[in-house]
Amino acid sequence: MAIDKYLRERFFPHMWCAGCGHGTVLNALVRAIETMGMSRNEIVMVSGIGCSSRITGYVDVHTLHTLHGRALAFATGVKLSKPELNVIVPMGDGDALAIGGNHFIHAARRNIAITALVMNNRIYGMTGGQYSPLSGCEVLAATAPYTTIDPSFDVVALSVAAGATFVARCTTYHVKEMIDILRQAILHEGFSVVEILSPCPTYFGRSNKLGDAAEMLRGFKEDTVPVGSAAKQKNPELIERGIFVQKEKPEYCAAYEKIMQKARSAAGETI
Amino acid sequence: MLKSFCIKREWCKGCGICVAFCPTEVLALDAQGKATAVRLEACIACEQCALRCPDLAITMQIAERED
Amino acid sequence: MPSNEPELVRFIQGNEACVEGALYAGLEFFAGYPITPSSEIMEHLARRLPRRGGKFIQMEDEIASMCAIIGASLTGRKVLTATSGPGFSLMQEALGYAVMAEIPCVIVNVQRGGPSTGLPTQISQGDVNQARWGTHGDHAIIALTASNHQDVFAMTVEAFNMAESYRTPVVLLFDEVVGHMRERMVLPQPGRIALVERLRTSVPEGVDYHPYLPREDGRLPMSDFGGVHRYNVTGLYHDMWGFPSDNPKVVHGLIRHLVDKIENNVDAIARYKSYYLDDARTVLVSYGATARSALHVVESQRRKGQKFGLLELQTLWPFPYDIVGEACGRAKQVLVVEMNLGHICAEVKKALNNPRNVFLINRIDGVFISPTDIRQALRLIDGRGV
Repeated sequence: MAIDKYLRERFFPHMWCAGCGHGTVLNALVRAIETMGMSRNEIVMVSGIGCSSRITGYVDVHTLHTLHGRALAFATGVKLSKPELNVIVPMGDGDALAIGGNHFIHAARRNIAITALVMNNRIYGMTGGQYSPLSGCEVLAATAPYTTIDPSFDVVALSVAAGATFVARCTTYHVKEMIDILRQAILHEGFSVVEILSPCPTYFGRSNKLGDAAEMLRGFKEDTVPVGSAAKQKNPELIERGIFVQKEKPEYCAAYEKIMQKARSAAGETI
Repeated sequence: MLKSFCIKREWCKGCGICVAFCPTEVLALDAQGKATAVRLEACIACEQCALRCPDLAITMQIAERED
Repeated sequence: MPSNEPELVRFIQGNEACVEGALYAGLEFFAGYPITPSSEIMEHLARRLPRRGGKFIQMEDEIASMCAIIGASLTGRKVLTATSGPGFSLMQEALGYAVMAEIPCVIVNVQRGGPSTGLPTQISQGDVNQARWGTHGDHAIIALTASNHQDVFAMTVEAFNMAESYRTPVVLLFDEVVGHMRERMVLPQPGRIALVERLRTSVPEGVDYHPYLPREDGRLPMSDFGGVHRYNVTGLYHDMWGFPSDNPKVVHGLIRHLVDKIENNVDAIARYKSYYLDDARTVLVSYGATARSALHVVESQRRKGQKFGLLELQTLWPFPYDIVGEACGRAKQVLVVEMNLGHICAEVKKALNNPRNVFLINRIDGVFISPTDIRQALRLIDGRGV
């Protein structure tokens, strides 16, 4: 099987719970990389802390498992230092948008060519099911025994506003769509964000009585529609999937190249 | 056309996603709660089970693609 | 002089001397966030680095700055960040990451008064213990300092060399007075000071490479991200391939390695200057800008025939207990001059058998300690009143 070479098979079976969507993201991600025929030596995966962040351990590329919330800051150092590398940053929703929220918007603002994945399971799984910035209102969680009163971010709107030049959303039910979106996100020359709705049957599903993993995936099927669909106008509660933004803007490392040229000519130096 | 189909039992955690969404009811959970193919002859090689498997336990080869 | 070419004499701030040292050492990547009194370091590097193909980035905060230099170091670059107290506090978690993952990097802290926002434009040496113990968990750290611009330059080069030799973060603890004061500095010719370059593995492609297995000499050859060896880097306890492990043997072996590689090399890491110590009955111990006032007092006492000496520490961590014990062991009294409530004084007491003759002479009000301040304190200690 062609994807085997991208996996560190000695660490399988992996550490995620039965039915956890993060395994499906890993599955789709290695397939997306495989279709592009990229060398494993030119890919760096940088992650933070949380269930999602353990994904780096399973992929046979250069992997950097860092601090909670800081993956994009580490990744910025890797990418600016060696722009020829493909840098992919899988994050959880708390990792990316609570503790890492500032790094997220600033990486987007710079439009540095990094692929940011927000694996949105609406919960902190690793620490035992506390609510996250994407839990939304009126859900039950370990730290919300009387339901949450915190609204959630709209990751797509936030990313667009912050300056990301590729913004998409998909789910672990719609896997072929996810593989295609991940491929386009990785190829994009700029900061790309892919929000992936990923079920946590163990904590979010159980505390909110959403059924097993398959039931939760059925929910993704029923609650989402392709972007621009007429159904969304009839029912605003539906969540849109697909590519929302895909545009060209000067990429950060390319812009820095020009600064180096400017600096050299200003200094009248040849080196 | 399905050429080969394999479930790595030791990787499978028995979440039942493949069973729930197989359009031709090829798959079931066995007594140990692991996914198994009970009607492989009905498989239409749509690959949804392999692509969606969170445990990366299902591998299949399809005849059209000689890889 | 190995070269006949004239050496370049500059009249600059200490912060710029640090920049010159970093560039001399081969700095290739800087990430930082503006903060007084260190900002001149990043301002000069913003101008200088792009000219020589180096990378400069102003990050969204100090946390991100520290993380970015770690990422860049893993691609094979020599990296630096610079900050002051509040920013140094924000960097502590990632500093611990660099200790754990053994990432060469240099962090400058131009100290100001604290805690909190404190005294942004005035001197203090209050971060000495933070440099040692700021990040959580048992660990070892290297911290260097200097009292004049020539030494700022030299210690900055040393910091890069030690970061590479020991695969560790190195902290440069300067202070506001040294950082902002202007004085003469001679820029050495290239090649005059030896540089330690990144030790890269010779393991060929396809052969198992162990990024966390020390060689016999204790050094760990690295492989750049983007190279032929794909390994894992993590802040978790990890095995010799870099993969997480909570095996008690692995955990114990790693924490011992992280501490021992520094603590067992105290003598090799120790940098200090001795003034009139051979027959000194009163030994002053000082470091950074305060050592200038201390030296002034020692020299004026010598002119009066008093047997004063000065031990100027340039390596603060790992603390050179044996060197301090040797320098102060025969003294009638030991006076530690520093601008905090006794961070180094406590270590000097540990180094000596009779701590009752160790006295702290300090100022903690943001005003630079002067020779007069030290003389007044001496009168008090000697029971002669103010």
